[in-house]
Amino acid sequence: MNNILAIAHKELKSYFASPIAYIVIGFSAILYGWFFINLLYYFDRISMQAGAGFGGPQSVNVNEQLISPLFLNVSVILLFTLPLVTMRTYSEEKRSGTIELLLTSPLTDLQIVMGKFLGGLTLYAAMLAVTVVHMGFLFAFGNPEWRPVLSGYLGLLLMGGCFLSLGLFISSLTRNQIVAGMVTFAVFLLFWVINWIATFMGPTTQNVLNYLSITEHLNDFTRGVVDTKHLVYYVSFIAFSLFLTVRAVDSERWRG
Amino acid sequence: MIEVQHLTKRYGPTTAVDDISFRVEKGEVLGFLGPNGAGKTTTMRVLTGYIPPTEGRAIVAGYDVFDQPIEAKRRTGYLPELPPLYPEMTVRDYLLFVSRIKAVPRGERKARVGEIMERTRITDVAERHCGKLSKGYRQRVGLAQALLHNPEVLILDEPTAGLDPKQIIETRQLIKQLGGDHTIILSTHILPEVSQTCQRVVIINKGRVVAVDSPENLTARLRGSETMYVQVDAPVIGDVRAALQAVPGVTEVAVAETRGNIANCEVNSESGRDVRRELASAVVSRGWGLLELRPLRMSLEEIFLHLTTEDVAHE
Repeated sequence: MNNILAIAHKELKSYFASPIAYIVIGFSAILYGWFFINLLYYFDRISMQAGAGFGGPQSVNVNEQLISPLFLNVSVILLFTLPLVTMRTYSEEKRSGTIELLLTSPLTDLQIVMGKFLGGLTLYAAMLAVTVVHMGFLFAFGNPEWRPVLSGYLGLLLMGGCFLSLGLFISSLTRNQIVAGMVTFAVFLLFWVINWIATFMGPTTQNVLNYLSITEHLNDFTRGVVDTKHLVYYVSFIAFSLFLTVRAVDSERWRG
Repeated sequence: MIEVQHLTKRYGPTTAVDDISFRVEKGEVLGFLGPNGAGKTTTMRVLTGYIPPTEGRAIVAGYDVFDQPIEAKRRTGYLPELPPLYPEMTVRDYLLFVSRIKAVPRGERKARVGEIMERTRITDVAERHCGKLSKGYRQRVGLAQALLHNPEVLILDEPTAGLDPKQIIETRQLIKQLGGDHTIILSTHILPEVSQTCQRVVIINKGRVVAVDSPENLTARLRGSETMYVQVDAPVIGDVRAALQAVPGVTEVAVAETRGNIANCEVNSESGRDVRRELASAVVSRGWGLLELRPLRMSLEEIFLHLTTEDVAHE
């Protein structure tokens, strides 16, 4: 465990020593703020319409009409920012030769992968921490339920974990971080849009495509439902990606 | 302390290391000598557990590097060809990080890092970023990194590459000091380095061990077929060759150059037989002048060339 923390600590330090951490946190804060304002105006309008009583929605709920869509919008931000977080994790170590230090130290491959994952996840958590401020305003001036908020954050953390572990795996395949970043972005995008054609498919294909979509599983979390089905999907997605990363690092040794 | 048994490493169709075996005793400094691409780095990478061997075994500090990698790595310090530094970390932070992953106990890390920085003379750059260091400092930080956990075995891949002459001397002295407490393998293609720092040399070429011996013995072994340089002042140059050839033990005489009455000859004799006395009397008894008589020593550099070219010739 100490080894994992040592690697995670190092990763986190290098994020903050380079502009990456500031860019990721800064830009996601700006984008999130923009989404927040947009949804706030929208919510403001529909609650007035509901109050006026003509043509508006039947009921207005801050959780359903503001917080839930806000959480879903975060996936768009992750799509662009998380490739930046993972693209250099392995690629840079390979290119600069520091991977030789890690692989000749008394560490297992799994410890290194877990450390890197944990480092990325911590940076991502810092990114999410910024959004707590906006949530604070809603709680100060409104009356949202806290359970869906909590489960929403859990969902976001898990979804981000999927993106991070997948990005880590892609980074372990190349020594060029631009390639790693670009491929990661493309694969994220694919997992995001994979169920867009679902409506045109037969019921079985539809189910499969919906199941594969990373973002589809977030819906229930934002509504306050922590379903085992989604937990299993996220956790096994993360575990499988990390497993692939360990294998990729190991096979690199054999190929030399 | 280090034992390599029939080690082979193939990358696809190319064989980088081909069935090499050698031992290094505790406290010994072993030089790993060979031209670029000979398989030095590959062998070292197998020894440090960075890559697995295709065939054969490597045992470091009593542990098989493939079967018990963690135990072996705990006892090994490794300086790769390119010092593995994180450019965005300061030297001190970097060494603290390395001491952590090398399992130096928490309470000892700070003191240990300070001590090693003193020893490798990098204290003055402790707060500088690794990416901003000169080549010489990078190399020394790399060396410091390898020493941090006080490993029994040190594996140094070209530790003096890129250093200036003063730093080279300092580094060699440091390596010499470290021998005795640590078992060291260092690779180099600079020959004087081997004779200055190592007790034993493994010469490797095209993935194979060409020779294993002490630097002195290697020199002696090549002088085995002794070559003498003889300069004779004789009235008739043509007689010199026959006269020297007649000396018992002489196998070959080559008259390299003549100038007036003076002949410069290279005389080969049977190995282990000293023919200097007989050569001298053969010349003097004929009334000729013996101007010079000396054994032609080969520098390690020539041995190296000799051994490796000889190997090529055998194939």
